[in-house]
Amino acid sequence: MKLLQEQTQKLKIGESLIIQTASRLLIPFIQLFGLYVIVHGHYSPGGGFQGGVILGASFVLLALAFDQKFSMQYMSEKTSGLLANTGALIFVGTGTLCAIFGGLFLHYSALDVLIPLGPIEWRSFGIFIVEVGVGLAVMSNMAILFWVLGSNGEMDEGL
Amino acid sequence: MTVPNLHIYVLAAPLLTAFFVNLFGRRSNTVIAILTIGSLTFSSLASLVVMSGILKHGQINYVVGNWQAPYGIELVVDHLSALMLVLISVVALLASMSALKSVSQEVPGREHQLFTLYLILIAGLMGLVLTGDTFNLYVMLEITSITAYGLIAMGKGRAPLASFNYVIMGSVGACFYLLGVGYLYLMTGSLNMADIYQILQTMDGGAAVATAFAFILIGLWIKMAFFPLHGWLPNAYSLAPTGVALIAAPLMTKVTIYLMVRVMFSVFSAEYNFVQHQLAQNIIVWTAAVGIICASAMALAQRDLKRMLSYIIVAEVGYMVGGIWLANETGMTGAILHIVNDALMTLCLFLAVAAIIYRLGSCEFDQLQGIYRKMPITMAAFTVGAFSMIGIPPTAGFFSKWYLLLGGIEAGQWGYVVALLFSSLVNAILFFRIIEIGFFHRDGEPHSHEEAAKAPLSMQIPLMVSAATLIIIGLSSGSLVDAIIKLTIPIGF
Repeated sequence: MKLLQEQTQKLKIGESLIIQTASRLLIPFIQLFGLYVIVHGHYSPGGGFQGGVILGASFVLLALAFDQKFSMQYMSEKTSGLLANTGALIFVGTGTLCAIFGGLFLHYSALDVLIPLGPIEWRSFGIFIVEVGVGLAVMSNMAILFWVLGSNGEMDEGL
Repeated sequence: MTVPNLHIYVLAAPLLTAFFVNLFGRRSNTVIAILTIGSLTFSSLASLVVMSGILKHGQINYVVGNWQAPYGIELVVDHLSALMLVLISVVALLASMSALKSVSQEVPGREHQLFTLYLILIAGLMGLVLTGDTFNLYVMLEITSITAYGLIAMGKGRAPLASFNYVIMGSVGACFYLLGVGYLYLMTGSLNMADIYQILQTMDGGAAVATAFAFILIGLWIKMAFFPLHGWLPNAYSLAPTGVALIAAPLMTKVTIYLMVRVMFSVFSAEYNFVQHQLAQNIIVWTAAVGIICASAMALAQRDLKRMLSYIIVAEVGYMVGGIWLANETGMTGAILHIVNDALMTLCLFLAVAAIIYRLGSCEFDQLQGIYRKMPITMAAFTVGAFSMIGIPPTAGFFSKWYLLLGGIEAGQWGYVVALLFSSLVNAILFFRIIEIGFFHRDGEPHSHEEAAKAPLSMQIPLMVSAATLIIIGLSSGSLVDAIIKLTIPIGF
């Protein structure tokens, strides 16, 4: 406790020790839950969008409890731009790959040619790949939206 | 590559490239140029192959992800959508060649962001013409609109405000469309256009279907800036970066008119549109006529070339909506031919404007004195575009306007005919005024603006190509109508 108190005083950011400590405890679990929602999305309630929002919310909580600069240490503006692009690219790329390997657009069973898992397994696995892409894109866009709106586009300490 | 997927590759090429542009375009503009031009060239060629395939074998029905229609998303490529696909990819290719230069001058340092949105916008437009599903159409409509909001907001000065205005109007339009689709879904239990068409034939929809029809039409009218709902357009297009206006002005309104045709004839039927709602038909043609006259009059009041062209676009929307609602084959032919012609002439004029702005920094009328001397090639192409807009015979604009006039006379809609003639006269005044300023007014006083740069070859070539296309299409419009446009007329005429 003393250690934490000293750390926060050194950092001189954020509102209160209680919120910061609670956030420090919560954020790993929030992120884990986000991953869980993404990974289980294709056969149970959840999915890339929902999981991405939960992951993005963890960065928002970080920015609220400490400050925006602090949260951007964990995922910089550039990284989140890259992740958003990669996510969208995974989605479109998977769809196009299916078309190139002889199926229809987004017809995942066609990817069986690439790695023989069986067409039905590929149906499920293809959705999983797409969900990961969606999750990445939504997570980084959530964080960016909050940063931009919270700091008037300056990308400084923010709220 | 399998051929059945070709039209998907037309769409996927710009969409995939958009993300590569953002990832690798940060460093140098050459990468952006190669990726953009490369993908759009591929799309143009592929769309031409798709078009010739359609002409040979007829319509393609395609199901995304192999989920069968009516439950999955169906893409339908018929003659009309193949024609629009060719139009979009070719116009996008020509526009982006010029936009690359114009953007690096106007929005330096943010080219990779702008071109990412630009390519997604193009992919969205292609998706709009391919889709055969009413809800998918809504999604694509939002993709194009949201990218356009972002692109317009990148302009200088009051552009963010204009974009915000567009956001409000555009969202209202999208909500109206979605509400209409909701009503249809309530009544028919389907979202697939062909399926809804079949179900509506067998049922008496009554007020609910009529409400759906009205909501969908008004939603699309807001998006296409049909006269009383056009408020967002002039500011949005004239304040946007010139490179963005290059793609938005020729394509977005025209594609929305295509959507209106699609909804009217693939979801509802000609009989439903014209026979059951005769009063509505009259009102719409008269609104179009009033719209043409008002927009032309407002164009007269402008002192800036880009703003003037924006108002002309609003008038042109009136031409096409009126032409479609004339409810005869001549009017319909004219309207569809005019979609093609208007896209090309708007492109030609905006390419000329982009070259002028690149050189002079602005395109207010006072700046244009002696412009014919300074930029003879640009202005020659501009004159061709202007003649087409007025409707002088060898150029394309004349022929579609002729069809529209004949259609108006055939339908006995004299108000519409008078509006068309009035608008042609106003266009003549508008463009001859510019020709007079540019040709006869020698610049007595030196320019207030520093000349920014000479318009490079990559802006001149698409300009000349588009001007040449106007004349070629004009001269061959008889065969174009017989070979393609005749086949695109929806059934029911």
